[in-house]
Amino acid sequence: MLIPSQALRITAPLDEETISGLHAGDEVLVNGVVFGARDAVHIKLAELIRTGAKLPFDITGQIIYYVGPTPGRSEHDVGSAGPTTSSRMDFCTPLLISRGLKGMIGKGSRSREVTEAIVKYKAVYLGAVGGIGALLGEKIVHAEIVAYGELGPEALWKFTVKDFPVVVINDVYGGDWYKEVKAVVSEQ
Amino acid sequence: MRKIEVSRIKDEVKRLWMEANFVLPDDVMDALGEAKKRESSEMGREVLGKIVENALIAKRKRVPICQDTGIPVVFVFAGQEVQITGGRLEEAIEQGIGEGTWEGSLRSSVVNDALARVNTGDNTPPVVHMEIVSGDGLKIIVMPKGAGSENMSGLAMLKPADGKNGVKAFVLKQVENAGANACPPMVVGVGIGGTAEKAMQLAKKACARPLTEKSREMAEFEGELLEEINCLGIGPAGLGGRTTALAVNIETAACHMASLPVAVNINCHACRRKEAIL
Repeated sequence: MLIPSQALRITAPLDEETISGLHAGDEVLVNGVVFGARDAVHIKLAELIRTGAKLPFDITGQIIYYVGPTPGRSEHDVGSAGPTTSSRMDFCTPLLISRGLKGMIGKGSRSREVTEAIVKYKAVYLGAVGGIGALLGEKIVHAEIVAYGELGPEALWKFTVKDFPVVVINDVYGGDWYKEVKAVVSEQ
Repeated sequence: MRKIEVSRIKDEVKRLWMEANFVLPDDVMDALGEAKKRESSEMGREVLGKIVENALIAKRKRVPICQDTGIPVVFVFAGQEVQITGGRLEEAIEQGIGEGTWEGSLRSSVVNDALARVNTGDNTPPVVHMEIVSGDGLKIIVMPKGAGSENMSGLAMLKPADGKNGVKAFVLKQVENAGANACPPMVVGVGIGGTAEKAMQLAKKACARPLTEKSREMAEFEGELLEEINCLGIGPAGLGGRTTALAVNIETAACHMASLPVAVNINCHACRRKEAIL
């Protein structure tokens, strides 16, 4: 995995054709724009949707990366930036998917509601390696805060990423790579 | 009485807090290298390679190993013949953490109150565990603790009849639930005995123990648990393989005849800690 010559390259925002071509276990390099958001922003997004207010960004086709980076050398740079645990965002993810969100990058398993929404609305969950933030931070070539700067590391970010390495965990066909790999060792 | 000035303690905590976040301990680096040699899954080997590469980047660039620079957990072992002068010990530790957070460009991950949730901006206040020991030294261990692994902690008040098998079943269940959330390969700290809060403190202490130090009484059980954990198939980053844990560290204590407390506290592969003796 994570070998540039062997991986598939995709560019965000995502279209349905790209998503349909992704299968659990595929090694993928993400390019383009991804939005950085974690716990506090998800609580705010859920509230905006509940009250019928406008979201601070157009969510159609976008990828959200669950991350709270360390400060970079400038305001358009980040330091360490690896994935946080995705399941804490499960409460809000089906709602965001139904509003057009197409991809999520994080670590750890998702709830049944999330994996069902992934199949129903054709989205994809991508797993990044947790705990390698120094390396992954180098794949973010530009960063800016879109909203909620007062939340500090929990702000809503817009990142431009170059060859950001992930593995497809949950695909539109109901595949779940975290479950599949566990079965491999128990069969041996 | 040997006198130690609080300003020295502050400076030392600041240094340890930054260093722990930039440099992975040698024993952890060695364990990752060894695990890579033994790992049968190609994906698992690749992930272990990336973890080592990440640690080298962090050290060279002085960038945090992980963006979750952790809640600071500080262990202080104060010799009973030491007198701390010039101020309050806890205040000095707090100042060291705050200054290190700014100087090291660490993330501020601590909120002031579990429900109000306002970020304090400098990772204060730290969690401090103090112990009075013999002698005239002062040992400080700073352990940046990430929430991904910390959130997968668990406590079970087992029945004495559950015995060793009950302990094993509980530890395996906790590790299985933790999966990729805890950033495997993990270091599994287990506290057996004491009371509910004592068991959890033992588990945390077990997490802080170097991977090369085995328990005198529990070494065999540690090995047995490690073997079974590494058959779960979770693997590095949860992407499959045999390296789900680098070590299982057990600490034990006496307990009530009616109790068998077991606590599990997991550390991620970024098993960060740095100590100094003043």
